[in-house]
Amino acid sequence: MTASKQQPRLVTAQQFYTFAEPPDQMLLESGARLGPVTIAYETYGQMSADRDNVILITHAFSGDSHVAGYLADDKEDAKPGWWDSLVGPGKGIDTDSYFVICSNILGSCMGSTGPASINPATDKPYGLDFPMVTIGDMVAAQKALMDHLQINSLLAVIGGSVGGMQVLEWCIRYPDMVRSAVPLATTMRHSALAIAFNEVARQSIMADPNWNKGDYYGKEGPDLGLAIARMIGHVTYLSDEAMRRKFGRRLQDKRDFSFGFDADFQVESYLRYQGSKFVRRFDANALLYITKAADYFDLVDNLTTRESIRDLSGATIKFLVISYTSDWLYPTYQARELVQALKRSSQDVSFCEINADCGHDAFLLPDERLTNLISGFLKGVFNG
Amino acid sequence: MAEAMRFDLQIIASWIEPDSRVLDLGCGSGTLLSWLKNNKSIHGTGIEQDQDKAADCISRGLTVLQGDLSLEVQDYPDNSFDYVILSQTLQQVYEPANLLSMLARIGKRVIVSFPNFSHYKIRWQLLTRGQAPKNEQLPYSWYDTPNIRVITLEDFRRFARDVGYSIIKEAAINTHHHDKKGHIVHWLTNLRATYGIFLIEKRPSEKK
Repeated sequence: MTASKQQPRLVTAQQFYTFAEPPDQMLLESGARLGPVTIAYETYGQMSADRDNVILITHAFSGDSHVAGYLADDKEDAKPGWWDSLVGPGKGIDTDSYFVICSNILGSCMGSTGPASINPATDKPYGLDFPMVTIGDMVAAQKALMDHLQINSLLAVIGGSVGGMQVLEWCIRYPDMVRSAVPLATTMRHSALAIAFNEVARQSIMADPNWNKGDYYGKEGPDLGLAIARMIGHVTYLSDEAMRRKFGRRLQDKRDFSFGFDADFQVESYLRYQGSKFVRRFDANALLYITKAADYFDLVDNLTTRESIRDLSGATIKFLVISYTSDWLYPTYQARELVQALKRSSQDVSFCEINADCGHDAFLLPDERLTNLISGFLKGVFNG
Repeated sequence: MAEAMRFDLQIIASWIEPDSRVLDLGCGSGTLLSWLKNNKSIHGTGIEQDQDKAADCISRGLTVLQGDLSLEVQDYPDNSFDYVILSQTLQQVYEPANLLSMLARIGKRVIVSFPNFSHYKIRWQLLTRGQAPKNEQLPYSWYDTPNIRVITLEDFRRFARDVGYSIIKEAAINTHHHDKKGHIVHWLTNLRATYGIFLIEKRPSEKK
Protein backbone atom coordinates (compact mmCIF):
# COMPACT_ATOMS: atom_id res chain seq x y z
CA MET A 1 0.00 0.00 0.00
CA THR A 2 2.97 2.29 0.51
CA ALA A 3 3.96 1.72 -3.12
CA SER A 4 1.62 4.48 -4.19
CA LYS A 5 3.71 7.03 -2.31
CA GLN A 6 6.84 6.30 -4.32
CA GLN A 7 5.00 6.52 -7.61
CA PRO A 8 4.69 9.79 -9.47
CA ARG A 9 1.49 11.74 -8.97
CA LEU A 10 -1.53 10.16 -10.62
CA VAL A 11 -2.64 12.86 -13.05
CA THR A 12 -6.01 12.84 -14.73
CA ALA A 13 -8.01 15.23 -16.83
CA GLN A 14 -11.71 15.93 -16.93
CA GLN A 15 -13.24 14.90 -20.26
CA PHE A 16 -16.66 15.64 -21.69
CA TYR A 17 -19.22 13.76 -23.73
CA THR A 18 -22.21 15.54 -25.20
CA PHE A 19 -25.24 13.70 -26.53
CA ALA A 20 -29.03 14.02 -26.85
CA GLU A 21 -28.69 16.95 -29.23
CA PRO A 22 -32.09 18.33 -30.24
CA PRO A 23 -34.32 17.00 -31.69
CA ASP A 24 -33.16 13.71 -30.09
CA GLN A 25 -33.29 14.92 -26.52
CA MET A 26 -33.06 12.54 -23.61
CA LEU A 27 -36.46 11.42 -22.32
CA LEU A 28 -36.48 11.78 -18.57
CA GLU A 29 -38.47 9.70 -16.07
CA SER A 30 -40.74 12.67 -15.46
CA GLY A 31 -41.67 12.66 -19.16
CA ALA A 32 -39.75 15.89 -19.81
CA ARG A 33 -37.05 16.06 -22.47
CA LEU A 34 -33.53 17.37 -21.99
CA GLY A 35 -30.82 18.04 -24.50
CA PRO A 36 -28.11 18.49 -25.31
CA VAL A 37 -26.68 16.69 -22.29
CA THR A 38 -23.01 16.94 -21.38
CA ILE A 39 -21.44 14.49 -18.96
CA ALA A 40 -18.06 15.28 -17.41
CA TYR A 41 -15.93 12.26 -16.59
CA GLU A 42 -12.46 11.09 -15.71
CA THR A 43 -10.79 7.75 -16.34
CA TYR A 44 -7.92 6.00 -14.57
CA GLY A 45 -5.82 3.04 -15.63
CA GLN A 46 -5.96 1.10 -18.89
CA MET A 47 -8.88 -0.75 -20.39
CA SER A 48 -7.98 -4.39 -21.06
CA ALA A 49 -8.13 -5.75 -24.60
CA ASP A 50 -11.23 -7.76 -23.61
CA ARG A 51 -12.80 -4.66 -22.01
CA ASP A 52 -13.53 -6.77 -18.95
CA ASN A 53 -11.82 -4.66 -16.28
CA VAL A 54 -14.06 -1.59 -16.22
CA ILE A 55 -15.21 -0.22 -12.88
CA LEU A 56 -17.72 2.61 -12.67
CA ILE A 57 -17.58 4.72 -9.53
CA THR A 58 -20.70 6.75 -8.77
CA HIS A 59 -20.26 9.80 -6.58
CA ALA A 60 -22.35 11.12 -3.71
CA PHE A 61 -24.59 14.16 -3.92
CA SER A 62 -21.99 16.94 -3.84
CA GLY A 63 -19.18 14.92 -5.44
CA ASP A 64 -17.57 15.16 -8.84
CA SER A 65 -15.75 13.09 -11.43
CA HIS A 66 -12.38 13.72 -9.78
CA VAL A 67 -12.29 10.55 -7.72
CA ALA A 68 -8.52 10.22 -7.34
CA GLY A 69 -5.17 11.73 -8.17
CA TYR A 70 -4.47 15.25 -9.33
CA LEU A 71 -5.38 17.42 -12.27
CA ALA A 72 -2.58 18.68 -14.50
CA ASP A 73 -3.05 22.29 -13.35
CA ASP A 74 -3.30 21.41 -9.63
CA LYS A 75 -0.95 23.34 -7.37
CA GLU A 76 1.68 21.47 -5.38
CA ASP A 77 -0.42 21.62 -2.20
CA ALA A 78 -3.72 20.69 -3.89
CA LYS A 79 -5.77 17.91 -2.34
CA PRO A 80 -6.16 14.74 -4.41
CA GLY A 81 -9.55 13.39 -5.59
CA TRP A 82 -12.32 12.60 -3.10
CA TRP A 83 -11.67 8.84 -2.89
CA ASP A 84 -7.90 8.92 -3.35
CA SER A 85 -7.47 6.70 -0.28
CA LEU A 86 -9.22 3.87 -2.11
CA VAL A 87 -8.60 4.49 -5.81
CA GLY A 88 -5.19 4.55 -7.51
CA PRO A 89 -2.18 2.42 -8.39
CA GLY A 90 -1.79 -0.38 -5.85
CA LYS A 91 -4.78 0.77 -3.82
CA GLY A 92 -8.05 -1.01 -2.95
CA ILE A 93 -9.51 -0.21 -6.35
CA ASP A 94 -6.23 -0.76 -8.13
CA THR A 95 -5.88 1.32 -11.28
CA ASP A 96 -2.95 -0.89 -12.30
CA SER A 97 -5.49 -3.69 -12.79
CA TYR A 98 -8.76 -1.92 -13.47
CA PHE A 99 -10.00 0.80 -15.78
CA VAL A 100 -11.91 3.18 -13.51
CA ILE A 101 -14.47 5.69 -14.73
CA CYS A 102 -16.18 8.33 -12.64
CA SER A 103 -18.64 10.80 -14.13
CA ASN A 104 -20.34 13.85 -12.65
CA ILE A 105 -24.07 13.21 -12.20
CA LEU A 106 -26.75 14.77 -14.35
CA GLY A 107 -28.21 17.80 -12.53
CA SER A 108 -24.95 18.63 -10.80
CA CYS A 109 -22.66 21.60 -11.39
CA MET A 110 -19.22 20.04 -11.67
CA GLY A 111 -19.03 19.82 -15.44
CA SER A 112 -22.19 17.91 -16.34
CA THR A 113 -25.46 19.46 -17.46
CA GLY A 114 -27.47 20.88 -14.58
CA PRO A 115 -29.62 23.88 -13.64
CA ALA A 116 -26.62 26.24 -13.99
CA SER A 117 -26.04 25.12 -17.61
CA ILE A 118 -27.19 27.21 -20.55
CA ASN A 119 -30.70 26.42 -21.73
CA PRO A 120 -30.45 26.30 -25.55
CA ALA A 121 -34.03 27.57 -25.80
CA THR A 122 -33.23 30.85 -24.02
CA ASP A 123 -29.42 31.08 -24.14
CA LYS A 124 -29.58 31.72 -20.41
CA PRO A 125 -28.94 29.36 -17.49
CA TYR A 126 -31.85 26.96 -16.92
CA GLY A 127 -32.51 27.82 -13.29
CA LEU A 128 -35.86 26.30 -12.37
CA ASP A 129 -36.62 25.61 -16.04
CA PHE A 130 -34.28 22.68 -15.67
CA PRO A 131 -36.46 19.56 -15.64
CA MET A 132 -36.60 17.41 -12.50
CA VAL A 133 -34.08 14.59 -12.91
CA THR A 134 -34.14 11.30 -11.02
CA ILE A 135 -31.44 8.88 -9.91
CA GLY A 136 -32.66 6.76 -12.84
CA ASP A 137 -32.00 9.65 -15.24
CA MET A 138 -28.50 10.09 -13.82
CA VAL A 139 -27.85 6.40 -14.45
CA ALA A 140 -29.32 6.57 -17.96
CA ALA A 141 -26.87 9.38 -18.72
CA GLN A 142 -24.00 7.25 -17.37
CA LYS A 143 -25.20 4.42 -19.61
CA ALA A 144 -25.05 6.76 -22.62
CA LEU A 145 -21.45 7.53 -21.67
CA MET A 146 -20.65 3.80 -21.44
CA ASP A 147 -22.16 3.29 -24.91
CA HIS A 148 -20.02 6.13 -26.21
CA LEU A 149 -16.91 4.53 -24.68
CA GLN A 150 -18.00 1.17 -26.17
CA ILE A 151 -18.22 -0.45 -22.79
CA ASN A 152 -20.90 -3.13 -22.49
CA SER A 153 -19.83 -4.86 -19.30
CA LEU A 154 -18.95 -3.37 -15.93
CA LEU A 155 -16.82 -5.47 -13.63
CA ALA A 156 -18.25 -3.43 -10.77
CA VAL A 157 -20.35 -0.38 -10.02
CA ILE A 158 -19.24 1.12 -6.71
CA GLY A 159 -20.60 4.09 -4.81
CA GLY A 160 -21.61 5.43 -1.40
CA SER A 161 -24.63 7.41 -0.25
CA VAL A 162 -26.43 8.90 -3.29
CA GLY A 163 -23.72 7.09 -5.28
CA GLY A 164 -24.97 3.84 -3.71
CA MET A 165 -28.46 4.65 -4.98
CA GLN A 166 -27.01 4.88 -8.49
CA VAL A 167 -25.32 1.50 -7.96
CA LEU A 168 -28.69 -0.08 -7.14
CA GLU A 169 -30.38 1.70 -10.04
CA TRP A 170 -27.72 0.30 -12.40
CA CYS A 171 -28.53 -3.23 -11.22
CA ILE A 172 -32.25 -2.74 -11.87
CA ARG A 173 -31.94 -0.93 -15.21
CA TYR A 174 -29.01 -2.69 -16.86
CA PRO A 175 -28.53 -6.00 -15.04
CA ASP A 176 -26.82 -7.66 -18.00
CA MET A 177 -24.09 -5.02 -17.92
CA VAL A 178 -23.28 -5.29 -14.22
CA ARG A 179 -21.14 -8.15 -12.93
CA SER A 180 -20.90 -6.88 -9.38
CA ALA A 181 -22.20 -4.04 -7.27
CA VAL A 182 -20.88 -2.39 -4.11
CA PRO A 183 -23.47 -0.07 -2.54
CA LEU A 184 -21.98 1.59 0.57
CA ALA A 185 -23.65 3.64 3.30
CA THR A 186 -26.84 3.81 1.30
CA THR A 187 -30.50 2.88 1.25
CA MET A 188 -33.27 1.57 -1.02
CA ARG A 189 -35.20 4.74 -0.20
CA HIS A 190 -35.00 7.74 2.06
CA SER A 191 -36.52 7.61 5.49
CA ALA A 192 -38.68 10.49 6.72
CA LEU A 193 -35.61 11.63 8.67
CA ALA A 194 -33.46 11.87 5.54
CA ILE A 195 -36.21 13.68 3.60
CA ALA A 196 -36.69 16.05 6.54
CA PHE A 197 -33.03 17.08 6.56
CA ASN A 198 -33.08 17.58 2.79
CA GLU A 199 -36.22 19.68 3.06
CA VAL A 200 -34.67 21.94 5.70
CA ALA A 201 -31.64 22.34 3.44
CA ARG A 202 -33.84 23.24 0.46
CA GLN A 203 -35.96 25.62 2.49
CA SER A 204 -32.89 27.45 3.74
CA ILE A 205 -31.86 28.10 0.12
CA MET A 206 -35.33 29.07 -1.02
CA ALA A 207 -35.77 31.39 1.96
CA ASP A 208 -32.67 33.35 0.93
CA PRO A 209 -33.94 36.45 -0.94
CA ASN A 210 -30.99 36.14 -3.34
CA TRP A 211 -32.35 32.78 -4.52
CA ASN A 212 -34.98 34.69 -6.53
CA LYS A 213 -36.89 31.56 -7.58
CA GLY A 214 -33.70 30.06 -8.91
CA ASP A 215 -32.90 32.98 -11.18
CA TYR A 216 -29.70 34.32 -9.68
CA TYR A 217 -27.00 33.50 -12.23
CA GLY A 218 -24.81 36.49 -12.98
CA LYS A 219 -26.07 38.15 -9.81
CA GLU A 220 -25.36 37.63 -6.15
CA GLY A 221 -26.48 34.08 -5.33
CA PRO A 222 -28.21 32.61 -2.26
CA ASP A 223 -24.87 32.06 -0.51
CA LEU A 224 -26.27 32.27 3.00
CA GLY A 225 -29.02 29.78 2.28
CA LEU A 226 -26.59 27.41 0.57
CA ALA A 227 -24.12 27.68 3.44
CA ILE A 228 -26.83 26.83 5.97
CA ALA A 229 -27.95 23.91 3.80
CA ARG A 230 -24.39 22.61 3.89
CA MET A 231 -24.18 23.07 7.66
CA ILE A 232 -27.27 20.88 8.06
CA GLY A 233 -25.75 18.37 5.67
CA HIS A 234 -22.57 18.18 7.71
CA VAL A 235 -24.51 17.48 10.89
CA THR A 236 -26.13 14.49 9.18
CA TYR A 237 -22.79 13.23 7.85
CA LEU A 238 -21.23 13.14 11.33
CA SER A 239 -22.42 11.36 14.44
CA ASP A 240 -22.79 12.11 18.12
CA GLU A 241 -19.55 10.24 18.83
CA ALA A 242 -17.66 11.90 15.99
CA MET A 243 -18.75 15.37 17.08
CA ARG A 244 -17.94 14.67 20.71
CA ARG A 245 -14.48 13.46 19.77
CA LYS A 246 -13.82 16.15 17.15
CA PHE A 247 -15.22 19.18 19.01
CA GLY A 248 -16.81 18.34 22.34
CA ARG A 249 -17.76 21.66 23.92
CA ARG A 250 -14.34 23.15 23.21
CA LEU A 251 -14.25 26.84 22.46
CA GLN A 252 -12.82 28.31 19.26
CA ASP A 253 -9.77 30.57 19.87
CA LYS A 254 -11.10 31.89 23.15
CA ARG A 255 -11.03 31.02 26.80
CA ASP A 256 -14.54 32.10 27.71
CA PHE A 257 -17.99 32.61 26.29
CA SER A 258 -18.53 35.82 24.34
CA PHE A 259 -22.12 35.97 25.57
CA GLY A 260 -23.13 36.81 22.03
CA PHE A 261 -23.82 35.07 18.74
CA ASP A 262 -20.30 34.69 17.46
CA ALA A 263 -18.98 31.21 16.90
CA ASP A 264 -17.90 30.43 20.46
CA PHE A 265 -17.85 26.66 20.10
CA GLN A 266 -15.53 24.84 17.76
CA VAL A 267 -18.46 22.98 16.28
CA GLU A 268 -20.09 26.30 15.33
CA SER A 269 -16.90 27.51 13.75
CA TYR A 270 -16.45 24.22 11.87
CA LEU A 271 -19.96 24.33 10.42
CA ARG A 272 -19.59 27.97 9.37
CA TYR A 273 -16.31 27.13 7.67
CA GLN A 274 -17.79 24.12 5.86
CA GLY A 275 -20.78 26.21 4.79
CA SER A 276 -18.74 29.05 3.34
CA LYS A 277 -16.29 26.66 1.67
CA PHE A 278 -19.17 24.86 -0.04
CA VAL A 279 -20.61 28.10 -1.43
CA ARG A 280 -17.42 28.60 -3.44
CA ARG A 281 -17.78 25.32 -5.30
CA PHE A 282 -21.43 24.35 -5.45
CA ASP A 283 -24.56 25.67 -7.11
CA ALA A 284 -27.63 26.16 -4.90
CA ASN A 285 -30.09 25.02 -7.56
CA ALA A 286 -28.05 21.85 -8.14
CA LEU A 287 -28.45 21.07 -4.45
CA LEU A 288 -32.23 21.51 -4.75
CA TYR A 289 -32.44 19.18 -7.74
CA ILE A 290 -30.12 16.47 -6.47
CA THR A 291 -31.60 16.30 -2.96
CA LYS A 292 -35.06 16.02 -4.49
CA ALA A 293 -33.88 13.21 -6.78
CA ALA A 294 -32.54 11.39 -3.72
CA ASP A 295 -35.85 11.91 -1.88
CA TYR A 296 -37.87 10.53 -4.82
CA PHE A 297 -35.59 7.49 -5.16
CA ASP A 298 -37.38 4.29 -4.10
CA LEU A 299 -36.31 0.85 -5.29
CA VAL A 300 -38.03 -1.18 -2.58
CA ASP A 301 -40.63 -2.66 -4.95
CA ASN A 302 -38.06 -3.35 -7.65
CA LEU A 303 -35.62 -5.01 -5.28
CA THR A 304 -38.10 -7.11 -3.34
CA THR A 305 -39.73 -8.74 -6.33
CA ARG A 306 -39.25 -12.48 -6.27
CA GLU A 307 -37.66 -12.45 -9.70
CA SER A 308 -33.95 -12.14 -9.28
CA ILE A 309 -31.89 -9.63 -11.17
CA ARG A 310 -30.24 -11.76 -13.83
CA ASP A 311 -28.57 -11.17 -17.12
CA LEU A 312 -29.57 -13.04 -20.26
CA SER A 313 -27.35 -16.01 -19.43
CA GLY A 314 -28.96 -16.30 -16.01
CA ALA A 315 -25.92 -15.09 -14.08
CA THR A 316 -26.71 -12.99 -11.06
CA ILE A 317 -24.95 -9.86 -9.90
CA LYS A 318 -22.53 -10.29 -7.03
CA PHE A 319 -23.34 -7.74 -4.33
CA LEU A 320 -21.25 -6.40 -1.48
CA VAL A 321 -23.34 -4.22 0.83
CA ILE A 322 -21.46 -2.16 3.42
CA SER A 323 -22.85 -0.04 6.25
CA TYR A 324 -21.28 1.85 9.16
CA THR A 325 -22.27 1.52 12.80
CA SER A 326 -22.58 5.26 13.46
CA ASP A 327 -24.29 6.28 10.17
CA TRP A 328 -27.56 7.84 11.28
CA LEU A 329 -28.48 9.15 7.82
CA TYR A 330 -28.64 5.66 6.32
CA PRO A 331 -28.43 3.43 9.39
CA THR A 332 -27.48 -0.24 9.26
CA TYR A 333 -31.10 -1.34 9.52
CA GLN A 334 -31.64 0.15 6.05
CA ALA A 335 -28.65 -1.73 4.65
CA ARG A 336 -30.03 -4.89 6.25
CA GLU A 337 -33.38 -4.27 4.54
CA LEU A 338 -31.51 -4.05 1.26
CA VAL A 339 -29.66 -7.28 2.03
CA GLN A 340 -32.96 -8.92 2.95
CA ALA A 341 -34.52 -7.87 -0.35
CA LEU A 342 -31.52 -9.20 -2.28
CA LYS A 343 -31.65 -12.50 -0.40
CA ARG A 344 -35.35 -12.88 -1.12
CA SER A 345 -34.65 -12.48 -4.81
CA SER A 346 -31.80 -15.03 -4.56
CA GLN A 347 -28.95 -12.65 -5.29
CA ASP A 348 -25.38 -13.45 -4.38
CA VAL A 349 -24.96 -10.93 -1.56
CA SER A 350 -22.26 -10.28 1.03
CA PHE A 351 -22.76 -7.82 3.84
CA CYS A 352 -20.46 -6.20 6.35
CA GLU A 353 -21.18 -3.55 8.95
CA ILE A 354 -17.96 -1.68 9.64
CA ASN A 355 -17.40 -0.39 13.15
CA ALA A 356 -16.73 3.33 12.83
CA ASP A 357 -17.62 6.35 14.89
CA CYS A 358 -17.39 8.87 12.04
CA GLY A 359 -21.02 8.64 10.97
CA HIS A 360 -22.17 8.67 7.37
CA ASP A 361 -18.91 10.27 6.23
CA ALA A 362 -17.00 7.13 7.24
CA PHE A 363 -17.14 5.67 3.74
CA LEU A 364 -15.04 8.57 2.41
CA LEU A 365 -12.30 8.26 5.02
CA PRO A 366 -9.16 6.15 4.62
CA ASP A 367 -9.90 2.74 6.15
CA GLU A 368 -7.84 -0.38 5.72
CA ARG A 369 -10.88 -2.59 6.40
CA LEU A 370 -12.78 -1.03 3.51
CA THR A 371 -9.71 -1.29 1.28
CA ASN A 372 -9.31 -5.00 2.05
CA LEU A 373 -13.01 -5.74 1.65
CA ILE A 374 -13.29 -4.06 -1.71
CA SER A 375 -9.98 -5.23 -3.16
CA GLY A 376 -10.65 -8.85 -2.12
CA PHE A 377 -14.21 -8.72 -3.37
CA LEU A 378 -13.11 -7.29 -6.74
CA LYS A 379 -10.40 -9.92 -7.14
CA GLY A 380 -13.00 -12.61 -6.50
CA VAL A 381 -15.27 -11.18 -9.20
CA PHE A 382 -12.43 -10.52 -11.67
CA ASN A 383 -10.88 -13.97 -11.32
CA GLY A 384 -14.10 -15.88 -10.72
CA MET B 1 -5.91 -27.71 2.86
CA ALA B 2 -8.01 -30.66 4.06
CA GLU B 3 -5.36 -31.37 6.68
CA ALA B 4 -5.68 -27.87 8.11
CA MET B 5 -9.44 -28.15 8.39
CA ARG B 6 -11.16 -29.38 11.52
CA PHE B 7 -11.82 -33.12 11.27
CA ASP B 8 -15.61 -32.73 11.52
CA LEU B 9 -15.47 -30.22 8.65
CA GLN B 10 -13.49 -32.73 6.60
CA ILE B 11 -16.28 -35.27 7.06
CA ILE B 12 -18.92 -32.67 6.23
CA ALA B 13 -17.00 -31.61 3.14
CA SER B 14 -16.89 -35.21 1.94
CA TRP B 15 -20.69 -35.39 2.08
CA ILE B 16 -21.30 -32.37 -0.16
CA GLU B 17 -22.03 -33.05 -3.83
CA PRO B 18 -20.05 -30.96 -6.33
CA ASP B 19 -21.68 -27.82 -7.80
CA SER B 20 -24.29 -27.65 -5.05
CA ARG B 21 -25.57 -24.55 -3.28
CA VAL B 22 -24.30 -24.47 0.28
CA LEU B 23 -25.13 -22.23 3.25
CA ASP B 24 -22.58 -22.41 6.08
CA LEU B 25 -23.94 -21.01 9.34
CA GLY B 26 -21.31 -19.61 11.66
CA CYS B 27 -18.73 -19.98 8.90
CA GLY B 28 -15.93 -18.41 10.97
CA SER B 29 -12.99 -17.56 8.75
CA GLY B 30 -14.50 -19.50 5.87
CA THR B 31 -12.22 -22.54 5.92
CA LEU B 32 -14.95 -24.98 4.89
CA LEU B 33 -16.53 -22.66 2.33
CA SER B 34 -13.28 -21.88 0.62
CA TRP B 35 -12.28 -25.57 0.56
CA LEU B 36 -15.63 -26.48 -0.98
CA LYS B 37 -15.40 -23.66 -3.48
CA ASN B 38 -11.92 -24.72 -4.62
CA ASN B 39 -12.44 -28.47 -4.55
CA LYS B 40 -16.12 -29.00 -5.29
CA SER B 41 -16.95 -25.76 -7.13
CA ILE B 42 -19.93 -25.14 -4.90
CA HIS B 43 -21.90 -21.89 -4.76
CA GLY B 44 -21.43 -21.02 -1.13
CA THR B 45 -22.78 -18.44 1.26
CA GLY B 46 -21.66 -18.03 4.84
CA ILE B 47 -23.20 -16.28 7.81
CA GLU B 48 -20.88 -15.02 10.53
CA GLN B 49 -21.60 -12.77 13.48
CA ASP B 50 -18.05 -11.61 14.03
CA GLN B 51 -17.20 -8.51 11.96
CA ASP B 52 -13.52 -9.28 11.52
CA LYS B 53 -14.12 -12.89 10.50
CA ALA B 54 -16.91 -11.93 8.10
CA ALA B 55 -14.75 -9.19 6.58
CA ASP B 56 -11.87 -11.63 6.27
CA CYS B 57 -14.09 -14.06 4.34
CA ILE B 58 -15.36 -11.35 2.00
CA SER B 59 -11.79 -10.15 1.41
CA ARG B 60 -10.98 -13.66 0.24
CA GLY B 61 -13.76 -13.54 -2.33
CA LEU B 62 -16.31 -15.60 -0.37
CA THR B 63 -19.96 -14.59 -0.17
CA VAL B 64 -20.57 -13.94 3.51
CA LEU B 65 -23.19 -12.02 5.45
CA GLN B 66 -22.32 -10.52 8.77
CA GLY B 67 -25.20 -11.16 11.13
CA ASP B 68 -27.04 -13.34 13.62
CA LEU B 69 -27.62 -16.70 11.98
CA SER B 70 -31.05 -17.31 13.50
CA LEU B 71 -32.26 -14.00 12.00
CA GLU B 72 -30.38 -14.19 8.71
CA VAL B 73 -31.76 -17.60 7.73
CA GLN B 74 -35.33 -16.28 7.77
CA ASP B 75 -35.06 -14.23 4.57
CA TYR B 76 -34.24 -16.96 2.08
CA PRO B 77 -36.90 -18.43 -0.20
CA ASP B 78 -37.76 -22.15 0.24
CA ASN B 79 -35.13 -24.60 -1.03
CA SER B 80 -32.56 -21.89 -1.71
CA PHE B 81 -29.76 -24.32 -0.86
CA ASP B 82 -28.90 -27.96 -1.41
CA TYR B 83 -27.15 -28.09 1.95
CA VAL B 84 -27.38 -25.95 5.05
CA ILE B 85 -24.52 -26.59 7.47
CA LEU B 86 -24.76 -25.93 11.19
CA SER B 87 -21.43 -27.08 12.56
CA GLN B 88 -20.82 -27.06 16.31
CA THR B 89 -23.47 -24.46 16.93
CA LEU B 90 -26.65 -26.38 17.74
CA GLN B 91 -25.60 -26.63 21.38
CA GLN B 92 -25.58 -22.81 21.54
CA VAL B 93 -28.99 -22.20 19.97
CA TYR B 94 -31.86 -20.97 22.14
CA GLU B 95 -34.63 -22.50 20.05
CA PRO B 96 -33.08 -25.47 18.22
CA ALA B 97 -36.36 -26.98 16.99
CA ASN B 98 -37.46 -23.71 15.37
CA LEU B 99 -34.04 -23.17 13.87
CA LEU B 100 -33.88 -26.67 12.40
CA SER B 101 -37.31 -26.30 10.88
CA MET B 102 -36.21 -23.01 9.30
CA LEU B 103 -33.07 -24.66 7.96
CA ALA B 104 -35.07 -27.55 6.52
CA ARG B 105 -37.28 -24.99 4.77
CA ILE B 106 -34.48 -23.07 3.08
CA GLY B 107 -32.29 -26.12 2.38
CA LYS B 108 -33.05 -29.51 0.91
CA ARG B 109 -30.72 -31.14 3.38
CA VAL B 110 -29.28 -29.99 6.67
CA ILE B 111 -25.94 -31.05 8.12
CA VAL B 112 -25.63 -30.68 11.88
CA SER B 113 -22.59 -31.37 14.02
CA PHE B 114 -22.20 -30.97 17.77
CA PRO B 115 -20.02 -32.17 20.65
CA ASN B 116 -21.31 -35.40 22.14
CA PHE B 117 -22.05 -34.88 25.81
CA SER B 118 -22.17 -38.57 26.55
CA HIS B 119 -18.56 -39.27 25.66
CA TYR B 120 -17.15 -41.61 28.29
CA LYS B 121 -14.57 -39.07 29.54
CA ILE B 122 -17.33 -36.56 30.23
CA ARG B 123 -19.36 -39.19 32.01
CA TRP B 124 -16.27 -40.15 34.02
CA GLN B 125 -15.54 -36.52 35.01
CA LEU B 126 -19.09 -36.01 36.17
CA LEU B 127 -19.10 -39.32 38.02
CA THR B 128 -15.75 -38.98 39.73
CA ARG B 129 -15.40 -35.24 40.26
CA GLY B 130 -19.03 -34.28 40.48
CA GLN B 131 -18.34 -31.13 38.49
CA ALA B 132 -19.54 -29.87 35.13
CA PRO B 133 -17.20 -31.53 32.64
CA LYS B 134 -14.49 -29.63 30.81
CA ASN B 135 -12.43 -30.94 27.93
CA GLU B 136 -11.05 -29.95 24.55
CA GLN B 137 -14.49 -30.08 22.94
CA LEU B 138 -16.23 -28.35 25.86
CA PRO B 139 -13.55 -26.05 27.26
CA TYR B 140 -15.81 -23.73 29.26
CA SER B 141 -16.93 -23.48 32.87
CA TRP B 142 -20.62 -23.60 33.71
CA TYR B 143 -20.72 -19.83 34.18
CA ASP B 144 -19.13 -18.75 30.90
CA THR B 145 -20.10 -21.46 28.47
CA PRO B 146 -21.94 -20.49 25.30
CA ASN B 147 -23.16 -24.09 25.17
CA ILE B 148 -26.62 -23.83 26.66
CA ARG B 149 -27.81 -27.21 25.32
CA VAL B 150 -26.51 -30.54 26.46
CA ILE B 151 -26.84 -32.94 23.52
CA THR B 152 -25.83 -36.54 23.02
CA LEU B 153 -25.88 -38.54 19.82
CA GLU B 154 -28.78 -40.57 21.14
CA ASP B 155 -30.69 -37.43 22.11
CA PHE B 156 -30.30 -36.03 18.61
CA ARG B 157 -31.47 -39.24 16.95
CA ARG B 158 -34.63 -39.24 19.06
CA PHE B 159 -35.17 -35.52 18.50
CA ALA B 160 -34.81 -35.89 14.73
CA ARG B 161 -37.28 -38.76 14.71
CA ASP B 162 -39.80 -36.99 16.95
CA VAL B 163 -39.85 -33.69 15.05
CA GLY B 164 -40.05 -35.24 11.59
CA TYR B 165 -36.60 -35.60 10.07
CA SER B 166 -35.01 -38.58 8.34
CA ILE B 167 -31.37 -39.17 9.14
CA ILE B 168 -29.74 -39.78 5.76
CA LYS B 169 -26.20 -40.16 7.06
CA GLU B 170 -24.50 -39.97 10.39
CA ALA B 171 -20.92 -40.06 11.51
CA ALA B 172 -19.67 -40.39 15.03
CA ILE B 173 -16.12 -39.13 15.20
CA ASN B 174 -13.33 -39.10 17.69
CA THR B 175 -10.97 -36.17 17.33
CA HIS B 176 -7.57 -35.28 18.67
CA HIS B 177 -4.75 -32.80 17.90
CA HIS B 178 -7.00 -29.77 18.47
CA ASP B 179 -9.76 -31.44 16.47
CA LYS B 180 -7.62 -31.32 13.30
CA LYS B 181 -7.25 -35.08 13.19
CA GLY B 182 -9.61 -37.88 14.03
CA HIS B 183 -11.27 -41.08 13.03
CA ILE B 184 -14.78 -42.40 12.58
CA VAL B 185 -16.18 -44.38 15.49
CA HIS B 186 -18.16 -47.44 14.45
CA TRP B 187 -19.30 -49.08 17.68
CA LEU B 188 -20.57 -47.73 21.00
CA THR B 189 -20.73 -44.37 19.31
CA ASN B 190 -22.70 -42.59 22.01
CA LEU B 191 -20.00 -43.51 24.49
CA ARG B 192 -16.87 -43.13 22.35
CA ALA B 193 -17.47 -40.24 19.94
CA THR B 194 -16.43 -36.68 20.73
CA TYR B 195 -18.66 -35.28 17.98
CA GLY B 196 -21.70 -36.34 16.06
CA ILE B 197 -22.43 -35.27 12.49
CA PHE B 198 -25.86 -35.81 10.95
CA LEU B 199 -27.23 -35.28 7.46
CA ILE B 200 -30.96 -34.90 7.79
CA GLU B 201 -33.93 -33.94 5.68
CA LYS B 202 -37.56 -33.27 6.40
CA ARG B 203 -39.62 -36.44 5.97
CA PRO B 204 -41.64 -36.09 2.73
CA SER B 205 -45.01 -36.18 4.48
CA GLU B 206 -43.93 -33.30 6.69
CA LYS B 207 -42.46 -31.14 3.96
CA LYS B 208 -44.96 -28.43 3.28
